[in-house]
Amino acid sequence: MAKKKKKTPGINGTSSADIAFMLLLFFLLTSSMDTDKGLPRRLPNPVPKDQKDKEDVEIKQRNLMVVLINSTNEVQCNNEIIDIRQLKDKVKEFVENAYNNEHMPEKIEMDVPFFGNMLVTKNHIISLRNDRGTEYQAYIDVQNELAAAYNELRNDVSKKKFGKSFAELDQEQQEAVMMIYKQKISEAEPRNYGGK
Amino acid sequence: MPELNTSSLPDLVFAFLFFIMMVTSMREVTLKVVFKAPQATELQKLEKKSLITFVYIGQPVPELRTQMGSETRVQLNDQIAEISEIQDYIAQEKSSMKEEDQPFMTVSIKADYETKMGIVTDVKQALREAYALKISYSAKPRIN
Repeated sequence: MAKKKKKTPGINGTSSADIAFMLLLFFLLTSSMDTDKGLPRRLPNPVPKDQKDKEDVEIKQRNLMVVLINSTNEVQCNNEIIDIRQLKDKVKEFVENAYNNEHMPEKIEMDVPFFGNMLVTKNHIISLRNDRGTEYQAYIDVQNELAAAYNELRNDVSKKKFGKSFAELDQEQQEAVMMIYKQKISEAEPRNYGGK
Repeated sequence: MPELNTSSLPDLVFAFLFFIMMVTSMREVTLKVVFKAPQATELQKLEKKSLITFVYIGQPVPELRTQMGSETRVQLNDQIAEISEIQDYIAQEKSSMKEEDQPFMTVSIKADYETKMGIVTDVKQALREAYALKISYSAKPRIN
């Protein structure tokens, strides 16, 4: 009865370890992929305690845009209450100053890599101030609109020059674009803002 | 010599997998403040997890309300702290990092969306004093 000896061969289980390893790798990668997201900002250096308030750089009125959020979460832009949806276009108009309006930030000639000589609103400052009673969501909304305005401006100029969106550019190109539209948001208490 | 029996190898790997899964979820801090992130659209990912320090701001969780009241508080690591303690906390976190990483330290402010800005401003001032200048306002993507 030699035929009875033949059994069905067992399933080869050596590769199931590999499958389990693949699962392990997948979980390892996805668990660290769940990173935190947010709006990155940079705080100014602390003011030395012995420094007097007076010696601060004076900011020209035309270079300054004051965005104020009051305690009832209304947004004021240069002393005028506006809707949050208008803010982005206002900021874009202000930072870009396409028509060289004399009430908008002055344009300064600058040598930018890839672009050559450009007129840039280098000295503009957006001063963001809030009341102690402002809600955090309202504050984040405004920060978000400011970031959106800069992102759109950068995207526009990238599309025009390189035919790609800002995120697709390589690092040097991104730096050049960022030189043109540098994010200048001041959150600390700026003094002398209404100077001249 | 008999061949090594490998049929239990997948089980070993699975045990390892479960271990990793448990450990990664265990590392999260237990929140002592109620925290619901605000929503935004222009978000950027924070790159290296080891460089990030978290500061939570919100009302104490319901279980702690009897001791703490419902006033907005700050949580550092696993405990509720005062604003004056932030500076020490940041210094401590900074010294536990590698020296070449210290300038890249980022503080992620995880504040509840209903928080009043007063306490956030206080925290920001404390961070400035502690020279933790890179911050990120934690938010989640806007739905709709």
